[in-house]
Amino acid sequence: MAEMYAPADARRRFFGGVMTALVVGCTLIALIPLIAILLNVFIKGGGRLDTAVFTELPPPPLVKGGGLRNAFFGTLITLSIGSLLSVPLGILTAIYTVEFGQGTKAATIVRFCTNVLSGVPSIIAGLFAYGVVVLTTGKFSAVAGGVALSVLMVPIVVRTVEEGLKSIPREIRLASIGVGANDFQTVSRVVLPAVLPFIATGVTLSLARAAGETAPLLFTALFSQFGFNGAWAPVATLSVLIYNFAISPYQNQQELAWVASFVVILLILFISIVSRYLTRRTVF
Amino acid sequence: MSVSPSLTGSPDLMATQPLLRAEGVSILYGSTVAVSNVFLDIFKHQITAFIGPSGCGKSTLLRCFNRTNDLIPGAKVKGNITFQGIDLYAKHVDPVEVRRRIGMVFQKPNPFPKSIYNNIAFGARINGYQGDMDELVEKSLTRAALWDEVKDKLKESGLSLSGGQQQRLCIARAIAVQPEVILMDEPCSALDPISTLRIEELMQELKEQYTIVIVTHNMQQASRVSDKTAFFNAAETEQGGKQGYLVEFDDTVNIFTNPREDYTRDYVSGRFG
Repeated sequence: MAEMYAPADARRRFFGGVMTALVVGCTLIALIPLIAILLNVFIKGGGRLDTAVFTELPPPPLVKGGGLRNAFFGTLITLSIGSLLSVPLGILTAIYTVEFGQGTKAATIVRFCTNVLSGVPSIIAGLFAYGVVVLTTGKFSAVAGGVALSVLMVPIVVRTVEEGLKSIPREIRLASIGVGANDFQTVSRVVLPAVLPFIATGVTLSLARAAGETAPLLFTALFSQFGFNGAWAPVATLSVLIYNFAISPYQNQQELAWVASFVVILLILFISIVSRYLTRRTVF
Repeated sequence: MSVSPSLTGSPDLMATQPLLRAEGVSILYGSTVAVSNVFLDIFKHQITAFIGPSGCGKSTLLRCFNRTNDLIPGAKVKGNITFQGIDLYAKHVDPVEVRRRIGMVFQKPNPFPKSIYNNIAFGARINGYQGDMDELVEKSLTRAALWDEVKDKLKESGLSLSGGQQQRLCIARAIAVQPEVILMDEPCSALDPISTLRIEELMQELKEQYTIVIVTHNMQQASRVSDKTAFFNAAETEQGGKQGYLVEFDDTVNIFTNPREDYTRDYVSGRFG
């Protein structure tokens, strides 16, 4: 019997081999830019990574040494403000669309708008924060930067938490209601604890996205050569520092831009690892 | 829980007064009728079994007894369902309170993604239980015949248990809020024969304190555990859909040995279904 099928079998194997090679080849090509960027940044930025990077301010042109203290902490501060605004909003939105508004017109509209928002170019988010915060308060500030970032973070948080809520079997909600819990108790004490890993993932994913954003910060948080000066003052961030220093003619500033790139990548890597760790503890 | 004073005085009345009563109950999903015109009485401390082929609406009817159907979009109940003489669907009735007094065990074991201890304690906590929680947890698990198997791992997730254990955990969770009735929707369909047997033994013990209504596909199970049996069937409607109706409701012995309806005889003797 086996010989009978041999010709077809050989053809099938040949086709399988060609397709496998094609897929592996495409994967390798897709990996080239990633590896090239990482290597480049590591070689050019990794060399100067020392404690001074986190403790010293960037020096004026033509002065050697210095660090990125203001930009590093500025990034953390704008990210924190962004999270404070977007995480509660995103979680509550997801709870509404999945738990309470499921199937209603309002929920459909909210979900559609969230999807549109996730496709909005980040510079538009910056313009929004410029119009809403910078123009009304009359100054560039860390808060304005945080607002701009939160616009980008909200859809990510909403989507991830929505996915989490949808993954909780309906039977779990019925069980909770079956022992006499009302809707609020069901959501707050059964469903939310179960989606904590998803919330953590949503937060870290949105942080990873926002950590690298430059455009929304350019005319909101602006930049500052000095250390942190309050939430309502302009603040330096790593991404804007990279933008400013990368095009500067001074070698030391160019080097600092590479260091900043390296630090941003490390930051995102760190956040992603944390996110992976949190999702691994999923109960379902 | 405890019987109301007027009823404790006359045991005769207790036996004749139904605890749950369905009068002319029809259930609709949108414009489709799932079950039509059911009259049924469920008595205290008895196990009532609902049997019948798939799609005859027995689970649907069961869910109406504690208003779980409220949660299914488009579901509508017509007719009267009373519990101790009170209309369950009256405007002033709080469905949350109904579900606390009429508990439910579902087809698929569905423990909360919490520890075994908290699976039990959750219901009691939200209902404002003031007593000793450890004691309640132990008592409920003991009554559900699960205590000995889990007493050393109360902090582990309820989901770490086997299917049969999970279902007993769900039963323990249901009795921890001290309901008067426990509705069971095919509680053994996802379990192996040994776990099934354990749950059936458990039901016999539980009926001393609770009233049980069980939906089952397994006729042997109905004949083994129940006191009364309701046989449902589904009829083809003109639109080509299925519509469930109650064929016969009687003592289990009669249903299985001497049914009045031919349909029932054919079904219990395995000729269709």
